[in-house]
Amino acid sequence: MKIKLTFWRGVFLAIMCLGLYSSFIRYFRGLGAVSNMTDQFPWGLWIGFDCLCGVMLAAGGFCMVGAVYLFNVERLHSVVRPAVLTAFLGYILFIVGLLFDLGRPWYIWHQLIYMNFHSVMFEVGMCVMTYTTVLFFEFLPNIFERFNLQTPIKWINKIYPALIVLGILLSTLHQSSLGSLYLIMPSKLHPFWYTPALPFLFFGSAVAVGLAMTIFESTQSAKVFGRHLELPVLVTLGGALLVALWVNALLRFEDFLHRGLLRQIIRPSYEAYFLWLELTLTFLIPITMLSFKKVRLSPQLLYLASISTVLGFITNRLNIALIGFETYVGHHYIPKWTEFSITLMIIAMGFALFGVAVKYLPIFPGEGHMVGRPLRIETGPMVPTAVLGHAGD
Amino acid sequence: MSKALLYDATMCIGCKQCEGACAQQNNLPYDDTVAAESVQSDHKYTVVLTKDDKFMRRLCMHCEHPACASACPVGAFHKTKEGPVVYDVWKCIGCRYCMVACAFAQPKYEWHSLNPRVRKCIMCPDRVLSGKQTACAEICPTGATKFGERDDLIKEAQDRIRQSPSTYLPRIYGLNEVGGTSVFILSSKNVEDFGYPASAKIGNTPMPEYTGRVMERVPDFIPVWSLVLGGIYWISHRRGEVAEAESQEREQEKKDGGAQ
Repeated sequence: MKIKLTFWRGVFLAIMCLGLYSSFIRYFRGLGAVSNMTDQFPWGLWIGFDCLCGVMLAAGGFCMVGAVYLFNVERLHSVVRPAVLTAFLGYILFIVGLLFDLGRPWYIWHQLIYMNFHSVMFEVGMCVMTYTTVLFFEFLPNIFERFNLQTPIKWINKIYPALIVLGILLSTLHQSSLGSLYLIMPSKLHPFWYTPALPFLFFGSAVAVGLAMTIFESTQSAKVFGRHLELPVLVTLGGALLVALWVNALLRFEDFLHRGLLRQIIRPSYEAYFLWLELTLTFLIPITMLSFKKVRLSPQLLYLASISTVLGFITNRLNIALIGFETYVGHHYIPKWTEFSITLMIIAMGFALFGVAVKYLPIFPGEGHMVGRPLRIETGPMVPTAVLGHAGD
Repeated sequence: MSKALLYDATMCIGCKQCEGACAQQNNLPYDDTVAAESVQSDHKYTVVLTKDDKFMRRLCMHCEHPACASACPVGAFHKTKEGPVVYDVWKCIGCRYCMVACAFAQPKYEWHSLNPRVRKCIMCPDRVLSGKQTACAEICPTGATKFGERDDLIKEAQDRIRQSPSTYLPRIYGLNEVGGTSVFILSSKNVEDFGYPASAKIGNTPMPEYTGRVMERVPDFIPVWSLVLGGIYWISHRRGEVAEAESQEREQEKKDGGAQ
């Protein structure tokens, strides 16, 4: 079989080479050589992006499973499989990221024998471990269907309700607990981001990003894999995203108001600039956009709104993990290029695995795996009015 | 009874013998270069700082309710009943949550090791167990670092402030901070000037309480939330089943009606 070297394959190869070089430095020269982490900044880009953002970006899995199987929103059925696949890959890559970040990754299993029930980290670890297993089972039908194995599909179907409930329970727990991790450092994290509401904010942002990522992914898949883009699905997701963003924005405002920070956040300061960037991307741009019906009915504009949301919440989590500590520490932390290259390698692996899975497994049911089809987008007049009625849900 | 250390900055002459004794006790290198380092690190658990002829020691505070012990997912840290907060290296997975959690930024890391450990003052637990003083207290020529029963040292610190109120700032740093520690500091200059976190900033609430408030809800949350989710599942699917059954009934009726 001949593999043609396209532009993106070249980029992928370059990223993987640099990533492998950095991995070598990581495991043969130590964390100090590969990163700019110090005793003052013990958590860097890998915790900030690979872990905090990674888990958030994989939230689409539990959001879509919840919408379709728990609340029976039938119209979203076609996005469940890609969302579960993204979540499954996301959590596997999160664990891969952890193997780079942990000082002694070969002892990661200690979690299972030396349990500290007071530790938020322990709770996050256990939930992630169990949830990845749940996601594996939710993903399995793809493989069974590919090889036409009817009996195991029946078994999975029998336990599916339990898997769904367990998956959402675990997601609720660890998505919010990622925020609880920071509750123990009230004197270190900047007051813009330190709040007792952190677990709620983390859960809220996970739901919003879960919806935004599903919009992003569906549109992106349509472009890359030539998949048929279903506008009713996007319209439903866009409406839900608007609601989720409003809930997040109100929570955030209520939190600032409650802690008397409203005056402080509008005064220019190093932290305020990052906060403004975050609030603009998370709330101002997407909420304004989605408030127009025209935007909610346009795949391109929905796509842009979802990108803004995702980038905004990534900024939010990086602010919490990195920017929020700079004043306490007294100096800046800028990740070393090798840190970036490992993060990039993990992201690239995610894209590649997603591509492979879509090619060989029935991820997009009904259409099989048709590579190279042109993008088809249904336009306004074809949308059933029943869906329009829910556009603002 | 729990032991503690009392460091009286006004008695300290900055000889740094505590640094040397600490290094020797913990098998760490100590020479002029290390002595000149003014930051704590993986090879320097305690440091004597100088500012305007005043001295100040920094070391692990051995909190009564240590944040590191509560944060560690594998319980590698624990507070012994004798007072020291100790570290079990064989449990550690290297997540460094202890370092982020510690309000005094005491745990340090072996960044250049391939099997890195967290390093901090562990208050010579072997010596303390066998009834001896810590290495730093034993070697201190002026008695600036004093080892003893926690309660006795608190009384002594209060007495010293009472007897010479002009020498000391009227506070014992570590008495109430983060719910109390096992290292107390008396000084004529604000400890904050030497990098200690301000009392007002860290407060008197034990750090583990901030996460504990959330963690203690988890055991109740799990069954309640499972029931809610299960309930939603049941209701939304029951609705579907009922709708299907009704439509079947209607069809049946239609058929029956047609037959008549």
